[in-house]
Amino acid sequence: MSSMTTEGLSELGRQTRSHYEGLVRTRRLYTVLSIGVLLTFLGFALWFADNSNAGRFFERLPFFFDFFIHFQPDDPFEIFRAMFDIPSPYADGSFKYDYEVGRVYVWGDFYIPEYFYQLLVTINVALISTLLGFLLAFPLAFVAARNLTRSASLRFAVRRCLEILRAFPEIVIAGMLVAILSLGPIAAIVAVAVHTVGALGKLYYEVIENADMKPDEGLRAVGGNWFERVRFGIMPQVLPNFVSYLLLRTEINVRASTIIGAVGGGGIGEVFRLSIGRDYAAKTYAIIILLFVTIVAIDWISTQLRRRLVGGVQGGWA
Amino acid sequence: MPALVVPAQEAALLRGKYPTVFHRPLWQRLRGPFAVLLGVGYMVFCFFFFQVPKVVEEAQWDRAGLYLADWYSWEATPRFRFREDAVSIEWTRSLLGENPAPDWIEARPDGSYRVSFSSVDNYIDILSPTDVVAVLDGKSYAVPIGPEGAQLPVDAPQAMSLKGGRVTVDFGFAGSAEVRNTQVYVRHRFFGWPNFFFDTKSPFFGMTPDQLWEAATSPDRIDPRMDNWQMIVAEFLYNTEWQHLDVFNKLLQTIVMAFVGTLFAALVALPLAFVAARNINPSRIGSWLTKRAFDLLRSVDMLIWALFFVRGFGPGPIPGIAAIFFTDTGTLGKTTTEALENIDDKQREGVKSVGAPPATIQRFGVVPQVLPVFVSQALYFWESNTRSATIIGAVGAGGIGLKLIEAMRTNQDWENVAYMVILILIVVFIFDNISNMLRTRLIGRVEH
Repeated sequence: MSSMTTEGLSELGRQTRSHYEGLVRTRRLYTVLSIGVLLTFLGFALWFADNSNAGRFFERLPFFFDFFIHFQPDDPFEIFRAMFDIPSPYADGSFKYDYEVGRVYVWGDFYIPEYFYQLLVTINVALISTLLGFLLAFPLAFVAARNLTRSASLRFAVRRCLEILRAFPEIVIAGMLVAILSLGPIAAIVAVAVHTVGALGKLYYEVIENADMKPDEGLRAVGGNWFERVRFGIMPQVLPNFVSYLLLRTEINVRASTIIGAVGGGGIGEVFRLSIGRDYAAKTYAIIILLFVTIVAIDWISTQLRRRLVGGVQGGWA
Repeated sequence: MPALVVPAQEAALLRGKYPTVFHRPLWQRLRGPFAVLLGVGYMVFCFFFFQVPKVVEEAQWDRAGLYLADWYSWEATPRFRFREDAVSIEWTRSLLGENPAPDWIEARPDGSYRVSFSSVDNYIDILSPTDVVAVLDGKSYAVPIGPEGAQLPVDAPQAMSLKGGRVTVDFGFAGSAEVRNTQVYVRHRFFGWPNFFFDTKSPFFGMTPDQLWEAATSPDRIDPRMDNWQMIVAEFLYNTEWQHLDVFNKLLQTIVMAFVGTLFAALVALPLAFVAARNINPSRIGSWLTKRAFDLLRSVDMLIWALFFVRGFGPGPIPGIAAIFFTDTGTLGKTTTEALENIDDKQREGVKSVGAPPATIQRFGVVPQVLPVFVSQALYFWESNTRSATIIGAVGAGGIGLKLIEAMRTNQDWENVAYMVILILIVVFIFDNISNMLRTRLIGRVEH
């Protein structure tokens, strides 16, 4: 653009042109400056990360590939033996091949393979914590919404509460409960549920604040009380979005509960951490495949349901 | 409030006029109750599936109180040992300095001690190895001590309990005293953390801000090797129990993990999204492959990436960065691809119609449409990754998460946990605000 000349322009045109070019220059300067600042930060961050790691990046890179190449099951079927708890022909009495030990017998000879069972635990942790979080977030969101709660102090208190619940590190809640209740999924449920209350609560009150207030006005005109106004004026508008966010949250919580599982909450996360930490390749790949399929399936189901509800809601991750 | 009354005739008319409102299909009417029933049923199932009654029954609730008390208070734990007819005091892990002589312990010339708790009516007198008197709310109870252990006095109140030859006298928040036949173990609780800034061994321990300022500015060096203010900073950072320097270092690692991971993910996801978008990339195979790559990156859990990279690179921020980078490239790539596929084609056509080369078409016809969505998403990810980085740190990716989980495992350092939680909350809060500010400045107010 700067190739244009000011020839043939009037005095006013030239002024406008030079003013415009000045603006462009300032803008470019700011862009270059902010990119410079960003790169400086990045450089420092990379240097710092590299130095505080247990091994430098380029020193460790060959080891990483070594690990990847050597971390393989004895034969591809081992993965499925590990997955379905079928005795391994390589069994040597070590924990590496003790696939059938983990079977969970339901009745008679019918058993659920260990990893399927652990996956079931993790999925249930995710579902119940989403449900519990929803039950708490639902009423709180109405209190936090500007258009439904007059008292500014009450709104402020509820919003700050939701913020703290959202930002409070999940591992601390889980760790504390693990110390009290001993290892197990209940710690994970509470930790994930607490975060869910904060996250869903925020999304929900934003939805409520965007609701059309005309039905509410109508109900107020015919003498409806607060609950009636919420029930018949607001709820029908926000419910599809609520359910959509709930489904999105379920997806996220499945991931969250595997991670929390790994730090003491039980379920598939813990088994995975142990098996990769001890170099049990077949078991590790079996779990990765199971987890991958589960997450893809849950994402797919949730996307389909959401599409049916509101024709797809965008964003709102994490 | 008087309800609005509709005359019967009119009501019938309305009913006839709007059958969809007054006679909804059965499944629509039952949908709500059915959902509630399903939820309740599922909760009952989970109640038994997770064996809630058993876990709650076996829980050690008293621990919760102890740990939480550590969050805002500390305990002095002197032991009064009985040695050959005499009582001697012994300190363990004391925060009272080298030679503690607190005013709540009165040492008498005859070798006996009085330990007072919160008020003049609550104290315990340790007169001799066989003579210990507890005074609760002004009433005194002599605790009989025999060779088999201590016994409850006959008229013992609720605050005194016996367990395995040990009598525990509970003084509420102020602490407790445990009388055994070899010693009296006193736990006296106080608000705050006195050694938060300086170790008890440090010359600056217990100084007021004024005194500290005076020491910092005074030319007389306490340590000849450095100035006083340098020493103050060093003593603070290398505090042995609170490990401020280490905590800051680990916190910075977590911040770096989130920042670098998200930034790299954004830099890689944006160009890849152009490859994946059907309406921009004419190659079907390229688009399909990139989309599946996004799905793969996204659906392999962050935990899996984290543990894989921890095995490869060793503990530290590098595996954390890698895990965040891999997962978020997938997620950001997917959302950006969706945004690209939903763009308005007219702007692109406009730029194309004036004869712009392909790169310019993308730059001026496409990028301005998706950039707001992209930037907003990337900032949102940065924010939420600050939290994720804490958690994946705990599985070995270093940072504050690892330090947190180590502090919790020892079951003693709950005050350090509280300190780190507060720091994390502050960092998350600051980043929330920075990210919101940047979002508003870059793309204006948007509904998220």
